[in-house]
Amino acid sequence: MAKILIDKKEIEAKEGANLLQVCLKNGFYIPNLCHLEGMDSPPASCRLCFVEIEEEDGPVTSCSVTVRAGLKVTTDTPPVRRLQRSALKLLLSAHDVDCARCPANKKCGLQTIARFLKVGLKPKQLEQLRKETEGMEDHPFLRYDPNRCVLCGRCLQVCHGKQGQPFLTFAKRGFDTVIASYGEKDLSNTTYQEFTACAQACPVAALGPKND
Amino acid sequence: MSETTKTTNEEILAEEKAMLEDIAARLSGFARERANLVPLLQMIQERHGYLPPDAINMVAEYLEIASCEVYGVATFYNQFRFTPPGKHQIKICLGTACHVKGGDIILENFERKLEIREGEITPDREFGIDRVACVGCCALAPVATVDESVQGHMAPSKVEGIILGFQIEKEREAREKQKDDAGEK
Repeated sequence: MAKILIDKKEIEAKEGANLLQVCLKNGFYIPNLCHLEGMDSPPASCRLCFVEIEEEDGPVTSCSVTVRAGLKVTTDTPPVRRLQRSALKLLLSAHDVDCARCPANKKCGLQTIARFLKVGLKPKQLEQLRKETEGMEDHPFLRYDPNRCVLCGRCLQVCHGKQGQPFLTFAKRGFDTVIASYGEKDLSNTTYQEFTACAQACPVAALGPKND
Repeated sequence: MSETTKTTNEEILAEEKAMLEDIAARLSGFARERANLVPLLQMIQERHGYLPPDAINMVAEYLEIASCEVYGVATFYNQFRFTPPGKHQIKICLGTACHVKGGDIILENFERKLEIREGEITPDREFGIDRVACVGCCALAPVATVDESVQGHMAPSKVEGIILGFQIEKEREAREKQKDDAGEK
């Protein structure tokens, strides 16, 4: 066990444990979207879980830090909050904010984080970005809304962690990136439970069962 | 008319079959390694001009990876296309100069005239529309290239003219073929 300081409070944690996980377990909330418990190599792609660590130059993503003795972590400095707010606003600018009609309403990752960071759900200074493509219309069990998707990749983590071959992928590039499935061969190797497990990993209900 | 579409459909099917056989024969030239994914796709794109859905499945099976992964990699790169190129490929330049001079209007004109969107081809595979970043002759903006010829100072009326030109050419060829056939008999 290693002793570390989080917001001036002494915490005991296992050496080598994931810092974000340790913070969350001990009641220090850090906004995060792309993290799943037990990940081997966190993608650190949502750019929300920033913290400041003494001896580091600037804020770092806590999901990619492992615990070592003597770590001094601060979770709510102004630079951290500034980075988190900009990251969230950018995500919201490409998100179809239509909460009343969204199955994730009130259990949505974005809503939780927006409330925590005191950011409005419709940031005014940013242009709204919408994708024209529809996603996965031909999939028998899943529906996908590219304009709700925050591309956190959690569904892919679940999908690639399961037995056998994955059936979901990132397709295209840049602003056009979407989650996609391909062909029928991949489908036959997958059980319905595996489909719903991937859908359940979605923090914003962009991916969900078709009858939703 | 229906007879001609039937023959073209049959031709297309035969072409696709030959293409898949050609790809199958060439797969064994590559080691079954994940690192060969992009080289394999490049080989198919180079030989056949696009990646047919069946080819993606064949590559996935050969390399023992999921089809969706092959699709993910292929869509990442601009060099791969998923629909066959048209017989006449029209490229509309939307580089800076052409953009300023209304290249998007020219693109829209072609799209409306041929009733397809950019990146698609007409059902008879005669025409395809692509959009490109810069052709290199900005002084002629807005520019389109039709097959290999550069068309400068494009205007909506020129769009009509180009398509009409190809249609007249095609009708003339059909008439000559008919005459030849009659002559042989």
